[in-house]
Amino acid sequence: MKAEVPVKKALPGSLTPQRLVELYRTMLLIRHFEEQCAPAYRQGKMGGYMHVYIGQEAVATGFIAHMRDDDYMLCSYRDHGHALARGTDPRRVMAELFGRYTGVAKGKGGSMHLVDVERGFLGGYGIVGGMVPLAVGVGYGIRYRGTDQVCLCFFGDGAMNIGPVHEALNMAAIYKVPVVFICENNRYAMATPIEFASAVPNLAERAKQYGMPTKQIGGMDLLEVYREAEEIIRHVRTTPEPFFVEVLTYRFEGHGIADNPTNQALYRTKEEIEYWRQRDPIVNTARFLLESGFATESELLEWDTYAKQQALEAVAYADASPEPSIEELYRDVYTDMEVQEWR
Amino acid sequence: MTYREALRQALTEEMERDPGVFILGEEVGRYQGTFRVTEGLLQRFGEMRVVDTPISESGIAGMAIGAAMIGLRPVAEFMTFSFALIAADQLVNHAAKILYMFGGQIAVPVVFRGPAGGGAQLSAQHSHSLESWYAHIPGLKVVTPATPADAKGMLKTAIRDNNPVIFMEHAKLYSTRGEVPEGDYTVPFGVADVKREGSDVTLISYSQPVLLALQAAAKLAETEGIECEVIDLRSLQPLDMETILRSIRKTHRAVVVHEDHRNVGFGAEVIARVQELAFDELDAPVLRVASADVPIPYARNLERAAFPSEEDIIRAVKRVLA
Repeated sequence: MKAEVPVKKALPGSLTPQRLVELYRTMLLIRHFEEQCAPAYRQGKMGGYMHVYIGQEAVATGFIAHMRDDDYMLCSYRDHGHALARGTDPRRVMAELFGRYTGVAKGKGGSMHLVDVERGFLGGYGIVGGMVPLAVGVGYGIRYRGTDQVCLCFFGDGAMNIGPVHEALNMAAIYKVPVVFICENNRYAMATPIEFASAVPNLAERAKQYGMPTKQIGGMDLLEVYREAEEIIRHVRTTPEPFFVEVLTYRFEGHGIADNPTNQALYRTKEEIEYWRQRDPIVNTARFLLESGFATESELLEWDTYAKQQALEAVAYADASPEPSIEELYRDVYTDMEVQEWR
Repeated sequence: MTYREALRQALTEEMERDPGVFILGEEVGRYQGTFRVTEGLLQRFGEMRVVDTPISESGIAGMAIGAAMIGLRPVAEFMTFSFALIAADQLVNHAAKILYMFGGQIAVPVVFRGPAGGGAQLSAQHSHSLESWYAHIPGLKVVTPATPADAKGMLKTAIRDNNPVIFMEHAKLYSTRGEVPEGDYTVPFGVADVKREGSDVTLISYSQPVLLALQAAAKLAETEGIECEVIDLRSLQPLDMETILRSIRKTHRAVVVHEDHRNVGFGAEVIARVQELAFDELDAPVLRVASADVPIPYARNLERAAFPSEEDIIRAVKRVLA
């Protein structure tokens, strides 16, 4: 289906065709990875909640592309895309979803609590907005050390109605911490539409009162996200002050695995989903690559096949990985203290 | 030296020793601390390390946790632990769980400190003793020093600890005085202190009620010839059961004394463990002296009646000896 979004022919300043291809392939990996999640979940290989990022891939990919090795990021429980965009091994991410010892958190965190300390990914968090104050602390730590690192903090539109988020935005501005607050507005907090939940549905407008620069950008076009993110992150790295960016995006799937099409019909129409599907960031980036001559049909197919293969390998790896030993139950509660077994 | 000065000395020495230690909270800087614990620290260490915050408990707690996650050692002050309830999500869902749910990879070396408890006619919303809530949560350490020496030594231990520590002071303790050793020393967690030796009954307490238990013990010895052993738990998580059991093997009778409510208070845990581990040693049921199970009232006489008193302890001791 033809998208209404006009295809841009020019690349944003610093973006090379080669880099664009890398980012496109990251989005492909995220999509295929998550498409493998649903069957694995149905087969009972995963438990708990599972929130997929399908439709929003351009946001994490476009922002994380500008992170330096020593930068930090935190995000919400919809975190598979962020981990993969940051370069975390998809096999270890899948193993975490399977609750295996080879997972990024030894199988103790699961889908909602991915982490990659080596890459400055300080975790996905299950409490809506709960990690936004933590990002202020990370930003304060950066200021304290006097480096030019930045911290990216990804959260959804639902978090904008959580009190601690507003405490955090206020404090971030007071202490001028180098944090980019990235509000991924996918229009629904679970099943509650933004128009219902927010007295001022323009979230960038709402955040403006905290005395930091704010901006609303489109989140379905990788090139747009990339260009805006580059400018915003550069600003925060050099100023330094926090920045609030509202990214307009959409999740094609339900809130979580339990939010099936029947449930979704209670709060959104097929037509609406279709409207956004036509703005699929992967489809549109592919079209751009073709039309600009940066890729051929056969290359696109080859990359797609490769990404799918990576996802399948991740599933196979996770499947073959051991569960954590029962001794792990009592490990990591404290850094230095054994928790007593009472049974 | 006062309890307040001992805390300030611990903060000062730790900030001098480790440049990663900083403090934050409401009124800790320019105003020098509501209870004057942080007096003079802003002038000495500057505003990067003594951070005045807005009245934003979740923000304070979260900011401390985030900074700790990347290796700093924040000490966050709550103006009272009653207000820490606003930050409960940060303490319970974040500080306590980050190490575990990320597979042991991110430590949270943060101290949350401030006054707990009541006794100054501050009424229902400012008089909480909720140590059992925090001790209930795996991942948090909970400490409750009763003397200036312990306050200093345990605050230093808390700051050097790699885990989140709930450091509960008591508003009524700040002006109390006691000997404080010279120079650098620490008091370990998980080691109870026998504050008075005795052979007839064991009084198990912590925080400000330790002083009450000692007074009651002195009076019982003087007037009745009853010798109470008084154990100051000092830390509730980790809990030193060894010292409790050793004493009970000697006295065979015990009373737990705390300011927390009786119902589901910390005493219930102590007694449960005693009966699990030393049932045969007991010659009488272990009793609790605790706060009434009511919101703490304002009126002076009602407030006094709500909190444990010396007379309550004496009555309980006589009951377990009867």
